[in-house]
Amino acid sequence: MRSSDDADAITIEGLGKTYGKKEALAVVDLAIPRGTVHAVLGPNGAGKTTLVRILSTLLRPTRGQARVAGFDVVRQADDVRYRIGLLGQHAAVDEELSGRQNLDLFGRLYHLGARGAAQRANELLEQFGLADTGTKAIKKYSGGMRRRLDLAASLIMAPEILFLDEPTTGLDPRGRTDVWDSVRSLIGGGTTVLLTTQYLEEADQLADRVSVVDHGRIIADGTVDELKSSLGGDRVDVTVHEAGQLDTTADVVARAAAGPVTTDPDRRMASAPVQDRMAALSKIIRELNDAGIQAEDIALRRPTLDEVFLHLTGSEHHENNEREVTA
Amino acid sequence: MSNTTVLTSPAVPHPAPHTARSRTTRLVTDSVTMTRRGLLYWSRNPGPLVVALLFPVMMLVMFAYFLGGGMAVAGGGDYIEFLVPGMLALTMAFGLENTMIAVTQDVNRGVLDRFRSMPIAPSAILVGRSVIDMLHSVVGLLIMIGAGLLIGWRWHGPLAAALAAVGLLLLLRFAMLWVGIYLGLVVGKPEMVQAVQILVWPVAFLSSVFVSPTTMPAWMGTIAEWNPMSATAGAVRELFENPSWAASSWVTDNAVGVAALWPLALLVIFVPLAIRRFSALSR
Repeated sequence: MRSSDDADAITIEGLGKTYGKKEALAVVDLAIPRGTVHAVLGPNGAGKTTLVRILSTLLRPTRGQARVAGFDVVRQADDVRYRIGLLGQHAAVDEELSGRQNLDLFGRLYHLGARGAAQRANELLEQFGLADTGTKAIKKYSGGMRRRLDLAASLIMAPEILFLDEPTTGLDPRGRTDVWDSVRSLIGGGTTVLLTTQYLEEADQLADRVSVVDHGRIIADGTVDELKSSLGGDRVDVTVHEAGQLDTTADVVARAAAGPVTTDPDRRMASAPVQDRMAALSKIIRELNDAGIQAEDIALRRPTLDEVFLHLTGSEHHENNEREVTA
Repeated sequence: MSNTTVLTSPAVPHPAPHTARSRTTRLVTDSVTMTRRGLLYWSRNPGPLVVALLFPVMMLVMFAYFLGGGMAVAGGGDYIEFLVPGMLALTMAFGLENTMIAVTQDVNRGVLDRFRSMPIAPSAILVGRSVIDMLHSVVGLLIMIGAGLLIGWRWHGPLAAALAAVGLLLLLRFAMLWVGIYLGLVVGKPEMVQAVQILVWPVAFLSSVFVSPTTMPAWMGTIAEWNPMSATAGAVRELFENPSWAASSWVTDNAVGVAALWPLALLVIFVPLAIRRFSALSR
């Protein structure tokens, strides 16, 4: 039966998944408190999708166990299924059918009954601003509308826990903001969210805590701020007009920096982590002025996933096209 | 989407009523819903349905009139009377493609994952597929029988025998349905479906559907004779009392029995294979 300690929405102990000799997920231990948003951050093939598929009962783990909403994902799969919503990487809806027909169908499959399903479909179409297009076939929807309907479908049961597997991959910036807004309003309602992403910024926008995964292992765990400060916070990039001025520029940047400076002669750019963004910026501008150097561009930015990886693993991760093992 | 971001907090959590339901009730309810899904597909997008239903009619007309003039039935008799039962068997066997395409689409669009993440009876997905495809084939069979009657085909035996013939045809379709589910899960990709679609043709012609196997090279004739489609075509000719191909062999002497056993054998093989493949989705 349902476990009594209900403080955590998701508990994962020694969870692993092996395909033949390939380890998709090595050993994962994690506890996610109710009502929080947890991001799993990592490159393609790191095991993010495998983790979500196990937690949403689509895949059996090779070892270890996981409880979602207090129920074991293998032995009490149906109990879990009534309490979760899943938004996968690809829209999981019937293209030929209308938005309303899709939601109605899913509602019936959740055993809400004909009337209950129709009513819930109406509510959700209304909430997601899709009421006007409720009768149009999904294949005529825009990408953003499709994603919204997909999200609506995963909310039919007003789930305690929502899994979002790379919810904004392939969306334009506007679509991305749309999804973020929707997720934020869910958080307000107390839903626990586990989201996977390749973007540090997305984790930054949405998550309370972040687990960084690589090769099927969690290699770092903490709040976004903790992760970033382990990297020395934000980064400043200073680009100058003349390559000859790069050394002096690097010295200037180093005096304002919270960590080592890297230089890129090809792009005539010096780059370093900074702790206090504004103080560092004004110091760099002032000292560059004093040294008579004209900067072409000065930019403050979040560290990229590459930099997080470089820092955590000591090796660069390269974007690859290798598909994450999902079946 | 400025007007859409107002998401009310997850409303009243819905009760989980499954505990009150027996497994059987759930299987029936979910199968009905999955069948409903197929019917909605038809009503939303009747084009492919109509094409799939009329394609065999076109084939029938082509063979009856374009090629039929040059055909002689080995045992004597009218070619159209020989052809129609064969075409009925072919139509049932070709149903495999429809099933395979539908299964492949579900797998690729991720909608199957959505279903599997829901608290439904997993077998309802396969039962729904079976019901909808069988409905499709019953309609297709009626259309083909109608078309056959229009071009001059008749059955001559008793009604009971004619109904038995229809039963054997649908049994072949049911077997092909499970072969289709299995292949659909195995090939997985739409590109592969095309390859299988092409292979269906030699299999169709290496049978007694269009000509007597006695007109083929001996070894091919033997394969054609044992083709499940030939078995059903032969049995249906016998039951409708239409002309059959002349030569007498063990297969032709036991046509009805072979036509019943072949699909059953396919079912014994492919139902477990398909179910195993389906549950392997979570492995």
